[in-house]
Amino acid sequence: MSLQTFLQHLVNGISLGSLYALLAIGYTMVYGILRLINFAHGDIFMLATYIAFYSVTTFLLPWWAAFLIAIILTALLGIILERAAYRPLRSSPRISIMISAIGASFLIENLAIVIFGGRPKAFPIAPIFSKILVVGDVSISIVTVIIPIVTAIALFILNYIVNKTKTGMAMRAVSKDYDAAKLMGININYIISFTFGAGSALAAIGGILWGLKYPQLIPLMGIMPGLKCFIAAVIGGIGNIKGAVLGGFILGLGEIAIVASSPALSGYRDAFAFVLLIVILLFKPTGLMGKNSAEKV
Amino acid sequence: MKKNLSLLLALVMILSIVAVGCGQQAAPSEQPAEEVIKIGVFEPLTGANAAGGELEVEGIKLANKLYPTVLGKKVELIILDNKSDKVEAANAATRLVDQDKVSVVLGSWGSGFSIAAGAVYKEAGVPAIGTSCTNPLVTLNNEYYFRVCFIDPFQGNVMANYAFNEVKVKKVAFIIEKSNDYSVGLAKFFNDTFVELTGDQNAVVYTGYYNTGDQDFTAQLTGIKASGAEAIFAPGNFTESALIMKQAKELGLTLPILGGDTWETPEVIDIAGAAAEGVVFSTFFDANAKLTPVTTEFLDAYAKEYAGKEPAAVTALGFDSYILALDAIERAGSADPKAIRDALAATKDFPGAAGTVSLDENGDAVKSAVIKTVKDGKFTYLTTVEPIKK
Repeated sequence: MSLQTFLQHLVNGISLGSLYALLAIGYTMVYGILRLINFAHGDIFMLATYIAFYSVTTFLLPWWAAFLIAIILTALLGIILERAAYRPLRSSPRISIMISAIGASFLIENLAIVIFGGRPKAFPIAPIFSKILVVGDVSISIVTVIIPIVTAIALFILNYIVNKTKTGMAMRAVSKDYDAAKLMGININYIISFTFGAGSALAAIGGILWGLKYPQLIPLMGIMPGLKCFIAAVIGGIGNIKGAVLGGFILGLGEIAIVASSPALSGYRDAFAFVLLIVILLFKPTGLMGKNSAEKV
Repeated sequence: MKKNLSLLLALVMILSIVAVGCGQQAAPSEQPAEEVIKIGVFEPLTGANAAGGELEVEGIKLANKLYPTVLGKKVELIILDNKSDKVEAANAATRLVDQDKVSVVLGSWGSGFSIAAGAVYKEAGVPAIGTSCTNPLVTLNNEYYFRVCFIDPFQGNVMANYAFNEVKVKKVAFIIEKSNDYSVGLAKFFNDTFVELTGDQNAVVYTGYYNTGDQDFTAQLTGIKASGAEAIFAPGNFTESALIMKQAKELGLTLPILGGDTWETPEVIDIAGAAAEGVVFSTFFDANAKLTPVTTEFLDAYAKEYAGKEPAAVTALGFDSYILALDAIERAGSADPKAIRDALAATKDFPGAAGTVSLDENGDAVKSAVIKTVKDGKFTYLTTVEPIKK
């Protein structure tokens, strides 16, 4: 493999990995606080792309306004989803909430098919995002460069919120011990809503970037990325934000590496994610960066 | 309050499921059963291939509107969704023959679904007319499956010939949709013809695969860039193909990209944009190549019904499948599935919107292929290729 080809693969892998990382953070945040896998996360991601699509095509908003609206509305949708589907079940056994999450996911997917139709739509791309940079023999679309940068910025902001603000401190407290945090006067409902809002906003950013890179919207587009990013979160150690980013990159780079190393194996790239999940769960059940925490008695 | 909310949510879920179910069914007819002739339609109306299915149903409904009766009875269309899924296709087929007791079935878009449903029709003795399922296995060893389109060997053969004689390339790369019988079949027949034409066993220098629903093809395309291929043959579902075109351009690949009939949907141009310029594919129909008088009739009716829209090839094939079914019922003189089957098998020089149909001993249509390209954001007719007489 020549150096150019290698670099081209590397760029592709980093870009894909950053997208996975953005989505994986949302899974991991919600899990960290609620011990709940939000199976509807991938569908929230899908809704964000549709909101951006309609803001541009139907309401004729400029791209930046459309993106902003998509992020805000998606964060609200995440909060509404938690209120409607998860909060009423918070004191029920964990399995009930999980089933509710799966139900919410199916509901959103089927509603999207009814409302948006099954035919794929083309995500509108502003001219600035369709530029192509050529460095030597490596050609890179501008979106490919933007994705890792946006991921880094989002991660930086999130890190600041979680570690440096009062809300972040409360989030960490809730994730350590739910009941103790409640006793200390932390407004649990607010913290959980905030977590869902932030996670969904990240899903929206991920969705918009995904749309710019793969400009094709279908109501079921969230399923596969959702599954893979869930795997990324588990690989990194679910509940751990840095782990989710690591998991996202391992998955993105790994997928590209599989196809790059052998075209004959290229049909098995999805299988790669699942095999990796099984291997990690066998040898390091808490994930690469997860801590071994004793079960609370 | 909490209970009410979850109850409401549950209700909405149930309603949405019911709504999805209803949307795809034709309104039940109020006439007594003996006065209608039931024609079943099974097409992907949701899932990855929904766009193709919808286009074909468009053609079938249009034909039904023009010719609503046969043998003095009203024709009732029973439209079922096979959900772009092989298992669902077999389920939908079973429902059509067992529950709805249709006389003849039309569809489907996508060979995989037709193959999955074929055994059901054969067992029940109900004839089926394929619309755009081009894989040979659909009709092979199944005397109840017919089709109004040509088959993959011919299409793969046409494109290999085109690549060798017109594009003048000697090395090609494949990107194959692994889970799609159509894509695998087209690539195989392209390969056979191309190796024969070039006399080079290694004329295909790169073979990459992807799964239905994949969105990232950068790794395969980067591999092709390094492989020394002079053209790419990428038959497959149009949604993925459009992304392949777009990503090829982003990676600076300027090779000609060739494909099959599935590409002729407006979404390819919407999604791939400028990257779709110059791609070449074979298909069944073009409004500029007036193949028969029925073509004009179809185009006029289509223009009246869907003003401002260009009819797709598969819409014309949907139209053809319906009028052929009606013709066969008329020739059979009854709605008995067996009699219709025999009438269908004897079809010769039947004028359809997408060319003259003669069915061979396998039930495959022998007809001409049209080669098209994308120019200035529009599908443009290049040339017509006549069938190879054996």
